[in-house]
Amino acid sequence: MARVLINLPARAKRGEVIEIKTLIAHVMETGYRLGPTGVAIPRDIIQRFVCTYNGEKVFGAELYPAIAANPFIAFFTVATESGEIAFSWTDDRGQTQTEVRQITVE
Amino acid sequence: MRALLLAVIAAAAGATAVAAEIAPADRRSGYDFAGPESREMQDDDAANPGMLGVLQGETLWATPAGTAGRSCADCHGDARAGMKGVAGRYPVFEPVLGRPLDLEMRINRCRTEHQGAAPFAWESEDLLALTVFVSHQSRGQAIAPGDGAELRPFVDLGSALFRRRQGQLNLSCSRCHDDNWGKRLAGAVIPQAHPTGYPVYRLEWQSLGSLQRRLRNCMIGVRAEPYEYGAPEAVALELYLMKRARGMPLETPAVRP
Repeated sequence: MARVLINLPARAKRGEVIEIKTLIAHVMETGYRLGPTGVAIPRDIIQRFVCTYNGEKVFGAELYPAIAANPFIAFFTVATESGEIAFSWTDDRGQTQTEVRQITVE
Repeated sequence: MRALLLAVIAAAAGATAVAAEIAPADRRSGYDFAGPESREMQDDDAANPGMLGVLQGETLWATPAGTAGRSCADCHGDARAGMKGVAGRYPVFEPVLGRPLDLEMRINRCRTEHQGAAPFAWESEDLLALTVFVSHQSRGQAIAPGDGAELRPFVDLGSALFRRRQGQLNLSCSRCHDDNWGKRLAGAVIPQAHPTGYPVYRLEWQSLGSLQRRLRNCMIGVRAEPYEYGAPEAVALELYLMKRARGMPLETPAVRP
């Protein structure tokens, strides 16, 4: 896996509700399609998305084959303290992509 | 007398063909025909999946390639300055080959001529990424293809191909995109076919795709034999479409249904 776009404010006020938008490049192959030779293309989707805020899970999602390629996931959380927001996507091949962003809370 | 009559008929036929072209004030980008969700997706860089291609292209721009060991940036510098407005001028005439090249072909030519690298395959992720990165630098800039005399025969060819009926459905591009835009073909609105946001992220494809892929798509739709990637006819059509859309702002990467 590779390319990821994450959009969140670099700074926020304590207690403020912030929106986080994530976009990851992934084929999200359903497993239901047949290739040119008539052989089924093996399923390859992101199964799980988790967002942790200073180690605590604040958002998670399970993904299924009907979700389009390059999944866009947006959600809200409360800015509690400065620190790290980590994002991880795990796919059918067992690969996990992890990205970390910093947030400053005043 | 008979010759004169024929001449009058020919002139009248010529006049209707010209009248069919969309007036500059009525021209609209595919963006205006897209649904509100697609437009919202295009407008938000954090949600536009085409931006993943731009991100990849930015990396490729700075990555040395080929036997020369040079990156795009080594010659062209910062793309933000150097590539601004470039995409709106393509396809451009290449004197060495004696024919116009589109942006994808120019990138591949740069690879083979200056980097000593193998060309990227058509519609490969890398070629689309570099093309979308370069085109993105011209977002908001007007489409301004060259109007040199050397390009004229190719524009004329593109214009003729645009008007030529073809395929089992016996349709020309012009029949739908000049005469019947805004109406529906089955469930889909027929746009005016202005290449304002290529490479586009097409939701149907679930990926980025080039203008040539889009042209092939339409040709398969009318049950015609599509042009090969890089065929002179395909580039002539691209050139004519850019001429037809001159002055319209680029939106790359556009999101289309």
